[in-house]
Amino acid sequence: MSTLSSSAEIIYVPLWRVRLRLFWRSLKTNWATFTENPIGLIGLGLIIFFGLFALAHPILMNTAWDRKVYDPVNGFDIEIPFHPSPPSAKHLLGTDPMGRDVLSQLMFSTRFEFALGMISALVTVLIATTIGAVSAYYGGVIDVILMRVVDLVIMVPFLPILIVMSALMHVGMLELALVIGVLSGFGGTAIVIKSQALTVKVKPYIEAARISGGGDFHIIFTHMVPNLLPIALLYMMFVVTSAIFSEAVLSFFGLTEIEMSWGLMINTTQVFGYLMRFDTWYLLIPASLAITLLCAAFYLVGRALDEVVNPRLRER
Amino acid sequence: MWKFLGKRLLQMFITLLMFQTVTYFLMDAQPGDIADLLTMNPDIPPAERDRIRQDLGLDRPPVERFFKYVGNFYRGDMGVSFSQFPRPVTEIIFERLPRTLVLFLTASVISFWAGYVSGKVLAWKRGGALEYSSTLVGVILYTVFTPWFALMMIWLFAVYLDWLPPGKFLDPIIWLNAPEGLHANNVFLRMIWSALIASGVLVAGLVFTARLSTQLRRLGRWISFIVPMIGLFVYWRFVAAGFNSYAWDILQHLVLPVLTVTLIAYGGTMLLMRTSMLETLREDYILTARAKGLSEKVVRDKHAARNALLPVWTGLVFSIGGSVSGGIITETVFSWPGLGLTLLTAAQVEDIPLAMGALTITGLLTLVSHLVADVGYAFLDPRIRYN
Repeated sequence: MSTLSSSAEIIYVPLWRVRLRLFWRSLKTNWATFTENPIGLIGLGLIIFFGLFALAHPILMNTAWDRKVYDPVNGFDIEIPFHPSPPSAKHLLGTDPMGRDVLSQLMFSTRFEFALGMISALVTVLIATTIGAVSAYYGGVIDVILMRVVDLVIMVPFLPILIVMSALMHVGMLELALVIGVLSGFGGTAIVIKSQALTVKVKPYIEAARISGGGDFHIIFTHMVPNLLPIALLYMMFVVTSAIFSEAVLSFFGLTEIEMSWGLMINTTQVFGYLMRFDTWYLLIPASLAITLLCAAFYLVGRALDEVVNPRLRER
Repeated sequence: MWKFLGKRLLQMFITLLMFQTVTYFLMDAQPGDIADLLTMNPDIPPAERDRIRQDLGLDRPPVERFFKYVGNFYRGDMGVSFSQFPRPVTEIIFERLPRTLVLFLTASVISFWAGYVSGKVLAWKRGGALEYSSTLVGVILYTVFTPWFALMMIWLFAVYLDWLPPGKFLDPIIWLNAPEGLHANNVFLRMIWSALIASGVLVAGLVFTARLSTQLRRLGRWISFIVPMIGLFVYWRFVAAGFNSYAWDILQHLVLPVLTVTLIAYGGTMLLMRTSMLETLREDYILTARAKGLSEKVVRDKHAARNALLPVWTGLVFSIGGSVSGGIITETVFSWPGLGLTLLTAAQVEDIPLAMGALTITGLLTLVSHLVADVGYAFLDPRIRYN
């Protein structure tokens, strides 16, 4: 008896520590799978680069850059007689038609693109996981109603609706992020997560939870949702890509009321008639390339995560 | 199957009705109306504005207008456009829809085929520089900022190389001397029909010769390729000889948008096919096929690629269904007068009947494409049954 109790004492470890250790171990193996493929590392590198790019802006504004000249929205370089001016030592990517520094605009916009992507991705995942889990768990009438709503949202063409909304209300960065998040949360992502939830629903541990007296709410949110999170995380990456892309397109058409973004930089180029002129490439190419690269970065990370989540895609 | 279809059609009808309700009230909730836009000039007296509003029926309450609109819609009357006043919406849609569909159908089919073939090969040969470079190219094409990419294509092909016209549907200078009564749409419809019939003959020939022996099959394929080509040549050279310069003009304007959309769609299709193929290669029946000693090519093309086709098929059908909303960007940059551009301008000038018409067609296309995708599953994968 005494040996048994003493051995039980030795084994005893707090639950949170066990969970932490398991979490750490799975993180390590997943990281190993992630790094096997250089595609994901390229994406991660690009994201880190843009992150540093965004962080550098406030530092530069407070130290090296004169606020009157380099302010991304109100700045103006009075020493240059004609704007837009080509790249020089003072303005590494030149100035735009309104005399503002292009590099400063590019760096300033980066943080908003990150925020936009993150907010809309979080909203999407929140909505899509809930809808997917609830619709798969209950089935029947609830499933039919939710799926028809999803069909409806998929049918609605994105751009015209946002055009109409921009006439109805003030479309700033936050409103845009919420609208994109809600629309894509009720859209294709919900269907993908629901199909995953259907396979989770028939697993024995759900049955076990129900037999031991777990309520519907408890089963959905503590047993099903955690098992849907890996695929939700994966789709977050794709939502970030589409959110940044949509913002850029809307700003390009001049439909948002954002003070500065990459799409707006291209819009300014178009409004001032420099779009098809390639002697002023510094107005068009940096912003377009930034949009493409950041979208591609999140997409690449998403693809690498896809290999972590879905073992059948791996090389071995 | 029939019960499933009937149930689906009923659900589709209800969804369409809901879609029309939501979009109608969203359109209507925009501040102001077209009468305000038409009477912007301060010299026009306000009574005139009220008269326009009365003529267009805009003085009635929105709910009454909505029920009138829906009632007329299901009797086949989509109303009269406000911004292009005496023209009925149906006529405008029949003029614009073929332009969008041709652009996207051509681009989707080409990119689907190219993505299918290259994704298949890429999944088969994993690792190495080819995999990484092709994935990077695919991702860049997939995530590229579309307006910018289209502008670059215009710059390259229309400005720098000067091979193709930069945009629009036709060149007005060529059409100035066109004979009386010759409409661009007539020529365009002739082009569509001749291309459709020719590709129909080609596909029928390919299907028909698929079961023949190798020697005969090669001959049959050549014949089924050459016969429609000769037919097209004879038709445009002799039968429709008066139109061929105009048709050539439209064709030239079509190439650049199709090329751009194809390249953008290609990236996504190739990546999707590759992923789907990688998943399929893990299946046991691939191992079985290899163990039976079948040649690599047979395992790849007949066993793996056929089964990996399912998600790519969905992607193709959905992309055709979403062509109107997806076409807004491309059609705007290329000034291609399709339904997407029509929808955008109609929504901006608050031309409610035209915008509603275009939106309803968009919704209808999406619904039909979802149905086609679902029915197509059952053909591609016999394990899927609808009861």
